[in-house]
Amino acid sequence: MTDAIQTTAVSARTQRLQARLRGRYAREMRFKWYGRAAIGFALTFLVILLGSIIMQGHTAFYAHSVTLPVYMDPARIDRSYPQGANFEQIVAEQQMRRLGIQDDAQGSKTAAMKALFSSELKFQAAGMIARQPSLLGQTVPVTAPLSDNADLYLKGEISQATPEDQRRISNEQMAWLDRMKASGSVRAHFNSALFTKGDSTQPELAGLLGAVVGSALMLLVTALIAIPVGVGAAVWLEEYSPRNRLTAIIEVNINNLAAVPSIVYGLLGLALFINFLHLPRASPMVGGLVLALMALPTVIIATRSSLKAVPPSIREAALAMGASRTQTVFGHVLPLAMPGVMTGSIIAMAHALGETAPLLLIGMISFVPGVPHAIDEPVGALPSLIYIWENASERAFHERTAAAILVLLAFMIVMNAAAILLRRRFERRW
Amino acid sequence: MKFNVFRAPEGQAGNGSAVAEPSTLTSAPIVGAHASAPLGPIKIAARDVCVFYGDKQALFDVSLDIPDKTVTALIGPSGCGKSTFLRTMNRMNDTIPGCRVTGEIEMDGGDINDRKIDPVLLRAQVGMVFQKPNPFPKTIYENVAYGPKIHGLATSKGELDDIVQKALKRAGLWEEVADRLHSPGTGLSGGQQQRLVIARAIAVEPEVILMDEPCSALDPIATAKIEELIDELRERYCIVIVTHSMAQAARVSQRTAFFHMGKLVETGDTEEIFTNPREKRTLDYITGRFG
Repeated sequence: MTDAIQTTAVSARTQRLQARLRGRYAREMRFKWYGRAAIGFALTFLVILLGSIIMQGHTAFYAHSVTLPVYMDPARIDRSYPQGANFEQIVAEQQMRRLGIQDDAQGSKTAAMKALFSSELKFQAAGMIARQPSLLGQTVPVTAPLSDNADLYLKGEISQATPEDQRRISNEQMAWLDRMKASGSVRAHFNSALFTKGDSTQPELAGLLGAVVGSALMLLVTALIAIPVGVGAAVWLEEYSPRNRLTAIIEVNINNLAAVPSIVYGLLGLALFINFLHLPRASPMVGGLVLALMALPTVIIATRSSLKAVPPSIREAALAMGASRTQTVFGHVLPLAMPGVMTGSIIAMAHALGETAPLLLIGMISFVPGVPHAIDEPVGALPSLIYIWENASERAFHERTAAAILVLLAFMIVMNAAAILLRRRFERRW
Repeated sequence: MKFNVFRAPEGQAGNGSAVAEPSTLTSAPIVGAHASAPLGPIKIAARDVCVFYGDKQALFDVSLDIPDKTVTALIGPSGCGKSTFLRTMNRMNDTIPGCRVTGEIEMDGGDINDRKIDPVLLRAQVGMVFQKPNPFPKTIYENVAYGPKIHGLATSKGELDDIVQKALKRAGLWEEVADRLHSPGTGLSGGQQQRLVIARAIAVEPEVILMDEPCSALDPIATAKIEELIDELRERYCIVIVTHSMAQAARVSQRTAFFHMGKLVETGDTEEIFTNPREKRTLDYITGRFG
């Protein structure tokens, strides 16, 4: 009798426990799926983002160029001033003859033919004559990029189905390009101009190198200023400063500075570095200084939190051994915090690399052809170049914009990889 | 007053391995001979020491004589101020913001709280071992060599090697780590780490070693080894140990001081404190009625 009562009591209790347990497992399972869904969501958007950029940008990594035999007509080319010759006209006329095309009275077909070649053709040919005047009177092959529209057509981005008056390239030009392609004088190749040249108004000649070098120089200035100053400030605040009202105010304000919109830093840079200190505008020096101001709070906060994470027992151990405070900090605490400091700094640098708004205000939005060599000359930066190209009217700039974004992403991946490598190295030492 | 970290203790050159007399090891845990002997020369004399953390007073007028070449145990319930008192003796309380120490602590006749005394030099003379083993995340060798290096005790690599070897031998760790001096100190077991930390402390030839519950994180076998070591080190150093274990205090110390609520209740020979305490509170504590 008592046994039976006990058994029912026990089984009721067990049932209740089991029901609860089922509920707990269900909660756990639900949470796991929330997590998976969130990650899945993020990955989907990443794939869509990268996919669309790659879809748009991959065509910018190759380009078409034309190689034509050119008769260097001594009657039309001045030996002492080859740059003055109208090479485009000469080449177009010769090519018309080769293809057997009759021009009309206005010369509009020759003009249409000329429009297929990049203006680079003239510089190539003039350069050849300038280097080797004996080429005059001979027929020599000259290679130059096709114009942006011809290139887009050959990449299949301008369709014949579009009404002729709505596209930048006529049916006739399309037919000529097809013939030139069939004859082998037009061929596709890796678009080396993209990586070896500065910005240009002509898409087929525009490159990223100027902006990459500009961004790199700027980042160098930023890193040289923000990391030592930021780490130093964090070490002082965390390890040396007395805990009083003043340091509390400083602390709160550093956290506030991290949240200040970057365009405000741009205004500060404009007022302080350009208008007051008269540093050269649009230079990597000014850009680096502004970005350093912006990166400082991040570096300080990251460094402080990694200093805080160092166990106090290490500090006590060093102090009890008779190490001075500085020996304790620089010999034990900072090295242990180094992986965190590196990660925080690199994140701040990567953030600075992609920052555009402050650069607009210090003049880095202007067209800068060529590649910079010094930190006090005007440069472009990758993010501002992306902005400029995206706003350009030439359609060929659109694929180049996507390509520039890919290069910026690659730049950041290289930086993050460097951060991981450095962190590994520092961690292994301990 | 001699705060000279370069001073080598007498007899150090003679018996480098510093093996204690066998009789000390095998004799009864409570060392009768020492307990009944008159108090030796006083190494540290504390007079009316008060410690404040901000507005809160943690120690009230503690006056205590700590003899040289003796193990003095500080016992008492948690929060009674024994660790605080221990930390006044190498001025580790200086590192705590808002902590204030009044009263006098004399070591060899000089006030250690004197403005002219550099705590960095003081700590080279008063080593400290903590509750949790805290070796630096470096190699065993670097751990032990750290003190001599920062204080400039060795002029050559060979000399440094000798110091490291001697310290590890004295800490009873040499046999276990001789073949892996350059592997990380954090890879050792808890008990080995604690002996490594002791080796690190004695590598700078201190005169006093403070130990803050050195065995509380260790298993009984490791604890026994540390206790044996403390007994050996007594030959050469003035040792002050904070412990929660009454049995440990009875086993390793010759003098005992009982703290309660921030006050020093009673002090005397360990044997006397444990067999015939004067104060009722001491009796209650050592018989386990509170604490």
